Parts: sequence; C-alpha cells; structure tokens
Amino acid sequence: MSHVEVLEQLAGWGCFPVVSGRELQSEDLRKACSRVNLCCGLRRSYGDAALPASPTDIVSNTVRADRVLRFDPATGVLRAEAGLSLRRLNAILLKQGWFVPVTPGTQNVTLGGMVAADVHGKNHHVAGCFGEHVRRLVMMTAEGAILECGPDLEPQLFWATVGGMGLTGHILEVEVTLERVEAPWIYQETERVESLEAMLAGLQAAAAEWPMTVGWIDCLAGAESLGRGILMKGRWATGADAPPAIAPLPTRPTRVPFVFPNFALATWNMRLFNSAYYLRHPEASRRGLVAWEKFFYPLDGLDLWNRVYGRRGFTQYQCVLPHSPAGSPMRGFVDLFVREGGTSFLSVIKDCGPEGHGLLSFPLPGVSLALDFPIDGDRTRRLVDRLNEYVIAHGGRIYLAKDAFTRAEHFRAMDRRVEAFLDVRRKWDPDGRIRSVQSVRIFGDSA
Amino acid sequence: MNVVILGATSGTGRALARLLAARGDRIVLLGRNADELRRSASDLEGHGAAAPVGVVPCNLNDRAAHGPAIAAAADVLGSIDVVIVTAALFAVQDDLERDPALLARLLETDFVDTILFCEAARKRLLIQGGGTLCVFSSVAGDRGRKPVILYGAAKAGLSYYLEGLDHKFRRQGLTVVCIKPGFIRTSATAGLKPPPFAADPADVARAALRGIDRGTPVVYAPPIWRWVMLVIRSLPRFAMRRIGF
Repeated sequence: MSHVEVLEQLAGWGCFPVVSGRELQSEDLRKACSRVNLCCGLRRSYGDAALPASPTDIVSNTVRADRVLRFDPATGVLRAEAGLSLRRLNAILLKQGWFVPVTPGTQNVTLGGMVAADVHGKNHHVAGCFGEHVRRLVMMTAEGAILECGPDLEPQLFWATVGGMGLTGHILEVEVTLERVEAPWIYQETERVESLEAMLAGLQAAAAEWPMTVGWIDCLAGAESLGRGILMKGRWATGADAPPAIAPLPTRPTRVPFVFPNFALATWNMRLFNSAYYLRHPEASRRGLVAWEKFFYPLDGLDLWNRVYGRRGFTQYQCVLPHSPAGSPMRGFVDLFVREGGTSFLSVIKDCGPEGHGLLSFPLPGVSLALDFPIDGDRTRRLVDRLNEYVIAHGGRIYLAKDAFTRAEHFRAMDRRVEAFLDVRRKWDPDGRIRSVQSVRIFGDSA
Repeated sequence: MNVVILGATSGTGRALARLLAARGDRIVLLGRNADELRRSASDLEGHGAAAPVGVVPCNLNDRAAHGPAIAAAADVLGSIDVVIVTAALFAVQDDLERDPALLARLLETDFVDTILFCEAARKRLLIQGGGTLCVFSSVAGDRGRKPVILYGAAKAGLSYYLEGLDHKFRRQGLTVVCIKPGFIRTSATAGLKPPPFAADPADVARAALRGIDRGTPVVYAPPIWRWVMLVIRSLPRFAMRRIGF
C-alpha cells in the first residue's frame, strides 16, 4: 500500500514549538521504521522531543502497532508492541489483577514512550523508574538491523535507550514485569499543608510509610502562603479495604471542545483556581478509597486539556534538586521562579528515590518540581535560562520529556552522563540518522 | 460465539476482533502472513478471547485455498457461527487511473476473490444449517462518485452480490450482513486528508458488531452514512457531475 505522506504541522503536548514534518502510521513497525528518522507515540512529551528535525525527516507514529504479544499470568511478564497505550493495557489487564509497576500521570502514553522517557510516578521512592522493570526491548537500529537488548543483553544500548528519548534506535517491542494488585482501588490519605517547608517534611515522612506520594503546591499564593498545598499519599487497597469484585465505574473523559483564546488563562484566574483548590480541602486530613483512575490520572478526565492554554502553547518545566545538608534548595527555587515573573497553573512536587540506570534517566535523590506555564515569547526562554542556572548551581537536572527551551551548554552542565550516552549513540548510529528537534537543540545534531 | 475472521491483523478487522475477544468469543484468524496471524492471536487472547485463538494461513488472492482454509477453521471450532471478511485492498482514484496493474489487482481482490471466498463460506455455513456471513463493502458502492469510481465499482458489485445472497438464502438460515463504512482512519488511509464523517476503526467495529448480533442486512458505519448516502443516491445526475463528493 502506498502511503501518501503530506507535510503536517506537528507539535508536542505543550503545542510549542510547531514544526512541519511528515508522520507515518503503520501497524507494521518493522517496515515503517526502516525509513524513518524518529519514532513517536501519543505525543505526550510536552516540548520538542518527538518532532522531526527537518521537513524532509519522517517520524513513525507507533500507535497502530499496539498488540499484546505475550502475557504470562504466572509471572506477570508482558511483551507487547511499542505502540500499545497504557490506557488499553490498563483496560485489559487491571481486571485480571495486573498493573504496571510504574505509571506516569497520564495513561495516554505508549509503552515505547514510557521507555524512551523512562517515566517515573508517585512510587518513585520505592519502585524507581519504568525502565528498571523492563526486561527486554526489541529494537531496530538506525541501519535497519533488528536486535534484542536488556539489562543482561547489550546492556550499554539498553541503558542508553531507557530514557534516551528514542535517539538510540527504534523501539519495536517492550517486555516488562507487571505488578499484582488485589483490587482496582487506592487507599488514599490527603492533607493540607501550609507551607513549602511543611510539604517537603511531609513528603519525606510519608515516604517511609506510603508506597505512593505526591504533592500539589500553590505557586501563585503570596509571600508566606507560597508553596502551601495538598499532600497525597496512597497505596493499593487490599481485600480488607475493598471488595475486590467491585470495580470503579468506567469514566468517560470530557473533551475540551476547542482551543481557548490566549487570554482565557490569565494570572488572576489561575490564582483563583489554585486558592480554591487549596481551600476546598478541609484542614483535617481525609482518607478513604478512591478509584485507580482518579488517583493516578486526574487530568485524563479532561481530554485535550492542553487546549486551555490557547494557541500560544505552554511549557512544563520539571527539575529535580538533590537534598542538601543546608536544607532543601527548593525554597530558593520557588522564590526565584516567582521573582522572575513565573506563574504556574499546576505545580506538582515529589521526592525522588535513587538514580536509575538509564544513561539519561531524569530522577536523582532529591525533590522534583513540575511547573506549567504559558509561552510568552522570549520571556519564557529567559525564565527557563534563569531556572536552569539555579538548577546547575545546586546539582540538579531537568526532564527532557517536558523540555522545549534548555540550552545545550546548560544540559551538559547538569548531566555528567551525556558523553557516555553520546558514545553509545555514535556506536549504533554512526551516520546520525536518528534525530529530533530536541536532539538538534541539546546534542548539536545536524539539522 | 464461534467466529472466523479474514483480515483481522490490522485496521478495522483488528478492532472488531478485539470486541469479539473482549466478550470471550472463540476466534480463528485467516490471513496471508502466519507470523502476523500468531501475533494477532496472542493479542486477542490478551484481550480476553477464549484461548487458544486459532490461526489458518489463507491468502484472499489464492482462490484454491479458500475452501480448505474455511474447513480447517471449522475443524478448530467445531462449528462456525459467523464468518467475517474485512480483508480488502484500497487505493485512491488517481493511483488507480494511473496504474492499470494496481487497478486490476484491486478489482480482482475486492470483487472476484472476495466473492469467491464468500461463496466458499456460504456453502460451508449452509451445510452446517446456517450462520452469519458478515462482509465489509463500502459506501463507495452506493453510487458512482468522482473520488471513488473504480474502488466503488468493485464494492458496488460486492454489495449487490451480498444483497442477492440475503434474498436467496435467508430462509435457509444464512444471515448476510453487509457493512458499509465511510472513510476510516487506518494505516491504509494514513496521509489522506480525512473527508467529512471520517471514523476510527473502533467506531466502525462497534457498529459492525451490533449488525452481526442483530442480523441487520445492511449496516452503515458510522450510522450517519445511511442518511448521507440517502441524499447522495437521490441527487440528480447534473448535480453529481458538479460536486466533488
């Protein structure tokens, strides 16, 4: 079948930047990937990681290659094509009592994307990143060879691919060990915390007792209240908490029907929303059962929520700052963000466990903060520069799956592992065929 | 339900097979590529189909293989309740006008070979005492239209054949379901600009399954196409000469 490939306007989840390029969708990844420069999945990376570096480059969208190839209910080992979405995986396997060992905050991601970004979740402090649970990848190298790799087979290529943003070769199949869960419910406890310091202390204390923790903080509240928020802790419900036979009612997401005008989301209503969200929670802590979807994927209830930001688009800035004996550098970071005029609609804070094996894997022991803000031309670029300088000074790093602005020299200053990663890339892709807008920006690939 | 599907490894066939799998049906897959069939069989087992999902290699263009493949599927299942044919070739009008070899291949596949396969399936179902034959035709076969003249001609012939089958064999227990989808966003149509009322494979699959369960002779999928084609069929020729639809 001939594919008529037309130039399309392509963008990540943040709708910025927008580039012209060609996208190929095929059920047959082996055939499709032999002539492309990059693979993408459901395009939930916010910035430019899944965008073609030039209008002549072709991106293979893997979403039609979504078959379950093997599932062993005795061991929980699943092998599937890279385009299988987490949504489909959850729909078919959670009712059999299986769930991914690590999930990001949306189920609109593919397995391939989860490996490429080495996603982390609310259980990072106990389970690490997704890549730590992957046993095998089937890959197509830039030169078209098909090979398998894993922690014990071509480990260099494997660990460069985990978190490697699709730049080391095309991921065709993923084999991962799933986790047994008793019931599709989460036992959750939430509490209101009055300051950033209390949040940091709360996260640290909760980590010892709870397998899943995350905090939402208000980065728009003034002075003393800055950083107040809601701390969420959870664990899978056991048979004792919930009758396992009762599954939560299936939810249907509401779709944001159109792209909002740019002025729809202004500082004043973002501030109002954040205050309301904080104040709605009672002062006393709340506990009880919540549906798994509501706990893991609150934003999935609003399909295409990125339209709320308007045509200008938005970026998510996510960094992790290591613990420091002098106290957490996070207060200084948030203060800097506000001082530089940053306004974040949604701010998510999470303490991270040990660094993973992926050569570009994002988390390191410390605290991670994700901030969403609308694009405002060069001001956004300057803001990201300032934040990056702070992150470098405090030994932290940023998350490539979110990034659209970081300078090459800044990224290198953050990550001592870059050279090792580039060595592996050069070995498997000597001609530099595989590239993205992001790899041109961060690693200096030819465009 | 015991179901045989030709063309379930991709597109709408894959979506329909997954719906059948989710309700625990017993399935045998027919298709050209044994490896692809096995991968799809595992996928359907993962989606809840009664294991094992059977696979029987069968190329639609290999006419001699039709009968034996259906017999082999019947051996696996015991008896067949439903035979579904989603396999077909699609190409745009411009390519078909330019390339006579492609045109011949498309006409043979979508008309001659599909009907020969249906004949083999019909005979088998009638020997058993009845069953459902569900075949994917297209709205393109409802009227001669500029963008789909050649593809539509093959599908028009197929639709007429299926209508005749229904008339002749309904009393003997053969239920014929002719699915008429509009434009579906699949890998076969990737890169084409989706016309109005374009649908996803899952939407079409849901409508098709409803038709199979109810034994509806003609199913437009999604259902809006029934009304669209009613209008198109009633337009006078001078109007059809003018519009590009």
